[in-house]
Amino acid sequence: MKLARRTTATVIGLVLLAAIPLASAFFGQPFYVDLFTRIMIFAIAALSLDLILGYGGMVSFGHATYLGIGAYSVGILSFYGINDGFVQFGLAIGASALVAFLIGAISLRTSGVYFIMITLAFSQMIYFLSVSVNTYGGDDGLNIRMHSGFAKLIDLDDPVTLYFLVLAILTLFLLIGYRIVESRFGMVIRGAKSNARRMAAIGFPIFRYQLTAFVISGAMCGVAGALLANLTLFVSPSIMHWTRSGEIMVMVILGGMGSLLGPVLGAVAYLVLEHGLSSVTAHWQAVLGPILLFVVLFAKRGIIGLAAGARMETGHG
Amino acid sequence: MHPLLVLEQALNGLQIGVMLFLMAAGLTLVFGIMNLINLAHGSLYMIGAYLCAWVFQTTGSFVLAVGAALFGALIVGVAIEVAVFRALYGRDHLDQLLATFGLILFFNEMVRILWGPTALYAAVPGFLAGQVEILPGAPYPAYRLAIIAVGLLVAFFLYYLVSHTRVGMLIRAGASNRAMVAALGINIRLLYTLVFALGASLAALSGLMAGPIFTVESGMGDGVLILAFVVIVIGGIGSIRGALVASILVGVVDTLGRAFLRPLLATVLSTATAANAGPALASMLIYILMATVLFFRPQGLFPPRGR
Repeated sequence: MKLARRTTATVIGLVLLAAIPLASAFFGQPFYVDLFTRIMIFAIAALSLDLILGYGGMVSFGHATYLGIGAYSVGILSFYGINDGFVQFGLAIGASALVAFLIGAISLRTSGVYFIMITLAFSQMIYFLSVSVNTYGGDDGLNIRMHSGFAKLIDLDDPVTLYFLVLAILTLFLLIGYRIVESRFGMVIRGAKSNARRMAAIGFPIFRYQLTAFVISGAMCGVAGALLANLTLFVSPSIMHWTRSGEIMVMVILGGMGSLLGPVLGAVAYLVLEHGLSSVTAHWQAVLGPILLFVVLFAKRGIIGLAAGARMETGHG
Repeated sequence: MHPLLVLEQALNGLQIGVMLFLMAAGLTLVFGIMNLINLAHGSLYMIGAYLCAWVFQTTGSFVLAVGAALFGALIVGVAIEVAVFRALYGRDHLDQLLATFGLILFFNEMVRILWGPTALYAAVPGFLAGQVEILPGAPYPAYRLAIIAVGLLVAFFLYYLVSHTRVGMLIRAGASNRAMVAALGINIRLLYTLVFALGASLAALSGLMAGPIFTVESGMGDGVLILAFVVIVIGGIGSIRGALVASILVGVVDTLGRAFLRPLLATVLSTATAANAGPALASMLIYILMATVLFFRPQGLFPPRGR
């Protein structure tokens, strides 16, 4: 029942998203296509974080790193004149998966607050690396001359095409996420969240499971980064500043962690809020901060929790 | 490399180290005792710097400025402890991260509203403006020496407070077993507020001293906060001694790395490669240090006992 309801909500949401380019063309506001492309890209990033954070209990405080690696993969290849999208996205996935493997292999030796801090430390390392490598623009960032080219299949120069590519990938990742979470592998990850010692005692090598989840999550976020680079045609170290990791985490919690729809709703809510507040006042952060505080203090399960209300408490043990 | 240059850079490192220690001491106490991750600790540092620079600018009295900064940060600290953190103590670390992330956004923006978007000028007080000859032919800014002196004094004071007074005893007891301390009839809430107020003032002290050296601007506390976290994780969360050792280690390694890594690399690599790799490696050095320490000692150099 609950699942059917969520699936319906997801499908309605995706249909609404698909209607946005049409609506924005109708009202003559092409800006909204860009805004929602951006929102969906961050939804992908938040979704990828939620797989390890919400389902796996791994509080990675450096998820923007993979966003940055994905974006720099596009940027650096384009810098050397390689604009083939398959190569660029291939590298984005490969590089972010590799980095996630290395970071995860070391970080997962620790737990609790030490895990939070060591993932933060690694993301700072890569942030400062990108700041100081002057070949690729250093602090000033790197302009990307053209969009990723997918032979003659997809033309990303058209913002609406990019929009639908992002929407398609978001849908795909929601499906993949669903398959992962409901699979045996997903069960082990969720089991390790509630009691790692017991899972180990039953005989699951949880380190390997968690590391695999960490790598999948990093690779997904890398795709989001490559898409972001295509949206802005620019990449700079600020894409992986630690506050960006904080923002992605905020989106997950705001929407409701441990659900697939939650991070998407969170990304929409956070970025629409940011956009709305910043058009009202330049000091929008002074309003956003307390809002976050209230969400944490009073609406623990986020938007999903609010929407489900008491139904979840009674219906789901 | 001239030995005097090395000495000067080592002193700079020590100075950064003691300033980090002032930040880290509060952070590690709050974490060790209340089990709370407080990202907004950097905001208190920023508030200290702003209040000091602003009062000094308007009144011209440095003593008044320092007093205003310490007291102001203490008030803000107690206010957020009572209003926000009391609701967060029982929550998991994720909630704490988010709530205090919200506080950072709020304070960074409030500072911009109150003092404008541009950086505030922070002057060095007249009596510390000159240079001191630490060795014949080696002048060193008096202000930086004063920072080192203040930092070491505070470190000594904290050592005395924590290991030789009744309050310190309660703090240590609170760190090893909160429930037991409360059961023995100690007002643990009051103790929490007290520790938090102490941490807030220390952060403000660090911030006000940093004012004339770095820029007093919105968000100035965020970078230091991350460094302070690196320090307490290396030192072992909850340990003041660990925080002191680790902050000086981090300060010296970072400063020496930035100063000498590039010329050192240039002796083995080509100049161009060293010019690229030197700064990159130097800025990553402390994070490499942290990852290495955690790899071999997942609980830090001075792990908390009894838990």
